[in-house]
Amino acid sequence: MSMLTTMSTGNMQRIGWAVLIGALLAAPFAIHSGRWMEFIELTLFAALLGQGWNILGGYGGQYSFGHALFFGTAAYLQALLQYKLGWSPWLTLWIAIGGSVAVAAFVGFLSFRYGLRGSYFALVTLAFAEAFHVLSRSLVSVTEGGRGVQLPLNQDPEQALATFQFTFAGPFLSEAGYYYTILIFLLIGFAVTGWLNHSRFGAQLQAVREDEDAASALGIDPFRVKMSAICLSAGVTSLAGIYYVQKFLFVDPGIAYGPGKSVEALFAAIIGGVGTVLGPLLGSAFIHIVGEFAKETIGAMLGDRPGVDLILFGIILVLMLAYMPRGLVGLVELLWRKLITKRGGGNA
Amino acid sequence: MDFLGISLPSYSLETVFGSAISGVFLGAIYALVALGLTLIYGVLHIINFAHGTLLMLAMYAVFFLWSVFGVDPYLAMLIVVPGGYLFGYALQRSVIGRTSHGRDEIILLTTLGVSIVLENFALFAFSANERNVQVPYDFDGIDLGVVYIVWPQIAALVGSLLITAALWCFMRFTDTGKAIRAVAKERQGARLMGINVEHIFAVSFGIGTACVAAAASLLAPTYAVFPQVGYLFVLIAFTVVVLGGMGSFVGALVGGLVIGVTEQIGRLYLGESLGLITISAIFILILLFRPTGLFGQRL
Amino acid sequence: MLDVSSLTKRFGGLVAVNGASLTVNEGEIVSLIGPNGAGKTTLFATIAGFLKPNEGSVVLDGQDITGHKPHEICRRGMVRTFQVVKPFAGLSVRENIAVGAHTRIAGREEALEFAGKIAAHVGLTPLLDQSAGDLTVAGRKRIELARALATQPKLLLLDEVMAGLNATEILEIVEIIQQIRDSGVTILLIEHVMQAVMKLSDRAYVLNYGEIIAEGSPVEIAHDPKVVEAYLGHGASERMKSAGGADA
Repeated sequence: MSMLTTMSTGNMQRIGWAVLIGALLAAPFAIHSGRWMEFIELTLFAALLGQGWNILGGYGGQYSFGHALFFGTAAYLQALLQYKLGWSPWLTLWIAIGGSVAVAAFVGFLSFRYGLRGSYFALVTLAFAEAFHVLSRSLVSVTEGGRGVQLPLNQDPEQALATFQFTFAGPFLSEAGYYYTILIFLLIGFAVTGWLNHSRFGAQLQAVREDEDAASALGIDPFRVKMSAICLSAGVTSLAGIYYVQKFLFVDPGIAYGPGKSVEALFAAIIGGVGTVLGPLLGSAFIHIVGEFAKETIGAMLGDRPGVDLILFGIILVLMLAYMPRGLVGLVELLWRKLITKRGGGNA
Repeated sequence: MDFLGISLPSYSLETVFGSAISGVFLGAIYALVALGLTLIYGVLHIINFAHGTLLMLAMYAVFFLWSVFGVDPYLAMLIVVPGGYLFGYALQRSVIGRTSHGRDEIILLTTLGVSIVLENFALFAFSANERNVQVPYDFDGIDLGVVYIVWPQIAALVGSLLITAALWCFMRFTDTGKAIRAVAKERQGARLMGINVEHIFAVSFGIGTACVAAAASLLAPTYAVFPQVGYLFVLIAFTVVVLGGMGSFVGALVGGLVIGVTEQIGRLYLGESLGLITISAIFILILLFRPTGLFGQRL
Repeated sequence: MLDVSSLTKRFGGLVAVNGASLTVNEGEIVSLIGPNGAGKTTLFATIAGFLKPNEGSVVLDGQDITGHKPHEICRRGMVRTFQVVKPFAGLSVRENIAVGAHTRIAGREEALEFAGKIAAHVGLTPLLDQSAGDLTVAGRKRIELARALATQPKLLLLDEVMAGLNATEILEIVEIIQQIRDSGVTILLIEHVMQAVMKLSDRAYVLNYGEIIAEGSPVEIAHDPKVVEAYLGHGASERMKSAGGADA
């Protein structure tokens, strides 16, 4: 009986994934409203940020409060190397990923080498993000300072692919080019977390999350595992930075290294469910829907003022932490199990 | 001199000394903001991310008391300090205490959530505009030769010292203070002795918030208030607290002064913007190499 | 197989382990006993690499492993369990055991399958798909044992695997430990349950105030006056003799 339900759950999951990915791939053909496509794109963007955080925070138990570090470093490298040196975005992309991973290795080496855990790790990542924030604002000769970096908009459809810009990329790509970019990036994030669920490294990472001493007694080197996790996490997060720059053609210190992106990553992952593949997407979708709803209702009542959505997100975050630590995925699993046992009980 | 490819200016000893003195006055404010944070950490063992936003709210309270009712910002302390205490007490009891089970980063996240709610509430209700309290005496002061110190800076320094001393006496000589120290040291034992630990937690949180409210009064004449002001201060307060040692009052005072002076000298040499890197740098170095701070973990 | 010589571990001024030496030969079950606070767990932690000794050496299979990291020691074939059990609460029982299995097995499927086999050895098969956090004390002790076994050790260090178990559960685990030894694994264990020590061990060491005060077969140990005094207090051995009731 239990074998049967786990098998059917496994199949259900596979079917669910196929449907979800199919629907995401097909979305541009079905949805013709630009506003809704934009909405979905931003949802996927936040999900990618969340997924990057989730690799280290959810699977590795190392809660970073400064994930903007990895987003921002990639974004700046992607923007500056094109802007200053005129390099191809397809080349800078790799440097952006590499640079982000290098920063992660640096921060990770110091933090894990000196045994920072829990809140202390959270604070040190926050401090590093703040240090980079200050540097990006101050080293004007390198980063253009507070003005930020504005990339030129390519208006030549012939050059659309070469410049990795889809705004003037012809009938289909101008609508869906950026959407597919973020979707592919997110699918990479899914693939990484999926791999964590089914690999030796993933098992060791989760063991370290649960208990470092027990893990090391069982032959796991916690330092090496955490280092790998932070680099992997930064690699996935850097994709969000690359997407951001190609889409908005702009980055400045606040966008890159301010607390906003770190918090967005936390929201998606924690509200959705840490340490799960689907959590960040679920969390991101949920908060974006709530945000949109808030704008429509409260915004309409009190005038369109900033802050309403974040007030709600903050409240949801606190409620989740207090009453639903496993997030929306945990809730769905709970409901699903109830459904199964009910059906199983009926059959037996 | 050269730093990251930027050549550093050289200054006369007087200028540096002047910077250091204004750093002391700045540091006194930092110390006062950090005082509440270190108290809360010492007793509840939680890192209160919302501390800066509580400061921001109190600064708004001071501002509106001044702009609407014409209350002098220093006099406003009589209202915002008890108000801060009640707000902090209620916040701990109704929100933060509820998630206080489990891992410490979860509690840190809860306080982050609270700070996001409060900050965006301020943004929503008061807009992002900077607001300034203007007092008739805000440019009067004393010329120390190397630097000109205005009365509000002197008030902040004296106020910080007095409040730190008062809090120290409170912890030492009152029953509540002794109960707080007992809980800080050994909460299970305190519970067995009949101390209502949940109440003491909330009292400590309340006192911590009251400290930050007092800081808001002292800050109001010299600092503009806007919704994100708390974020700037909370990073500094964290730095002060880890530098001085989590839970140490003396540490908060010394840490505040050190950070204030370092920041001013950093700004002098590195410029207004890059000078702030000194704070993050100290924060990171202390966390990595001496997480117990300069004064260990005493209350 | 294991040679510990004059190991000393100090915490500040406190000497937790003082020049302790012991030997474990291949195929043996050796017990380490002693009153509470004697330093048994500290000695274990120092042998297994969790604490760095101030003096002395640990040699496993002829190779000096003093001061090596726990994970390196585990890969060389010596693994410890914890007195205060540390299950990976967020993982299922099978996944818990698979973490150990991954020390020697890279493939996920193979490790999970191997975990199933190990679980059968320690009687965890019915609980394989449960969350480790939901288990009883007895179940958690078995996970601890199973995870360690799954690393395919040559030498197993067991820290009070019977504490907190009832009589039936103790009998079951004693049997499991005997089977483990019969399968070719050497065992060093810390134990408080004397009946189990008597039944299981080939030899025993007694630790008191951080020093080894006696060594021998369980029966010899039980009659050693120094040991009786260590457990029951100074003069106890004399009093028991004069009362004529000194019976192990």
